[in-house]
Amino acid sequence: MNINLTLIIEGLAFFATAWLVMKYGWPPMMAAIEERQKKIAEGLTAAEQARLELKEADARVEVEIHQARQQAAEIIEHAHRHAGQIRDKALEDAQAERNRQKAAATAEIVSATERARSELRAQLATLIVDGASHILQREVDANAHRKLLDELVAEL
Amino acid sequence: MAGIAPQESMTEYINHHLHHLQWKVGSGAFWTINIDTVIVTLVLLGLFLAVFIPVARRATSGVPGKFQALVESILMFVDDLVRETFHGSSKFIGPLSLTIFVLTFLMNFMDILPVDLLPSAAASLGVHHLRVVPTADLNTTLGMSLGVFLLVQYFGLRHKSLGLFFKEMVTVPFQTDQPVLKVLLALPNLLLRVIEEAVRPVSLSLRLFGNMYAGELIYILIAVLTLGMGWSHGMTYIMGPAQFLADFVWTLFHLLIITLQAFIFMMLTIVYLSMAAEQH
Repeated sequence: MNINLTLIIEGLAFFATAWLVMKYGWPPMMAAIEERQKKIAEGLTAAEQARLELKEADARVEVEIHQARQQAAEIIEHAHRHAGQIRDKALEDAQAERNRQKAAATAEIVSATERARSELRAQLATLIVDGASHILQREVDANAHRKLLDELVAEL
Repeated sequence: MAGIAPQESMTEYINHHLHHLQWKVGSGAFWTINIDTVIVTLVLLGLFLAVFIPVARRATSGVPGKFQALVESILMFVDDLVRETFHGSSKFIGPLSLTIFVLTFLMNFMDILPVDLLPSAAASLGVHHLRVVPTADLNTTLGMSLGVFLLVQYFGLRHKSLGLFFKEMVTVPFQTDQPVLKVLLALPNLLLRVIEEAVRPVSLSLRLFGNMYAGELIYILIAVLTLGMGWSHGMTYIMGPAQFLADFVWTLFHLLIITLQAFIFMMLTIVYLSMAAEQH
């Protein structure tokens, strides 16, 4: 094997290639790879964070729903209670009104009866006087017998 | 080849295949250039750069294309090895390792091409000698390993002070606290260091060269099986299949070797450089 000038040429060619690779090939390629690695790492972190946030939001939603249910139950219960109160009050009012009207009607009946009775008494007195006149064939002085008549009417 | 005895033609064939296309640029054996080695090297490194650099410049940090993914995976493979082994700071070691790996692989791969393909194509153009495997030329492997040797020294100097660099030459590997022993051990230490440093480029280059040269030689020997035979020759029908089988098996095996040798050359370069950068 002859060692000759080829050795130097080959050595130089080799290192010149390596230098060109260092200058123009390696850095952009490496930068692209590293940037992608960074992107992937960021993506993973973001995904993890999103997962945590979702979990948190789920928990919050759970609490909110629970609270809402409770509130709704309270409102319904309150409404029921209120409705009961209104019903009771209406019932009471109606009862009072009935009693009142009943009392008024009773009073009117009583007074009308009384009125009718006293009218009838008055008329009866007249009738009695008229009848007595006819029987006696003469005028009866109503005034003269007023006291007697009144006693008679009162007895009726 | 009529008229030549088979033995002679076989020797001729093998010698012919082992002869470089040379250009004498001056007097003396050294001032010669193996033009075939240089041209194939330039074509291959041109190919490498023409493919790699545009891909690298157009590399996207988004979703990579299939080819970019391939290039990236090779790059990351080399980069991981460098990061695992080399703990100093250097912008050059990664690109250098990648270049060594890919370029050595490409050069080695020339061995897989049919052994007579390019030489006979060249012969039809009037070029009568052509060796297509640059790494089967000791000049290539030694040129590379001497470059690595120089770089190792540079790394040693750059990663430590000048004093420490020379101090390590006489205090490592035999260490002592006694001044007298220190002086006594200085010479053995220096001697070992010189041997160590000198052996590295030699072993590095000879390992690759030996593998590739042997591989090339075996391909030539397989080719010789049917040398000078034609369709009318009875032996063709026995040797032909044997040649095919041998070629097939050797190619499978050799594919492993060329990859492994490229990897070893790169790995040892990284190891030598990281040893130089570390403080003992």
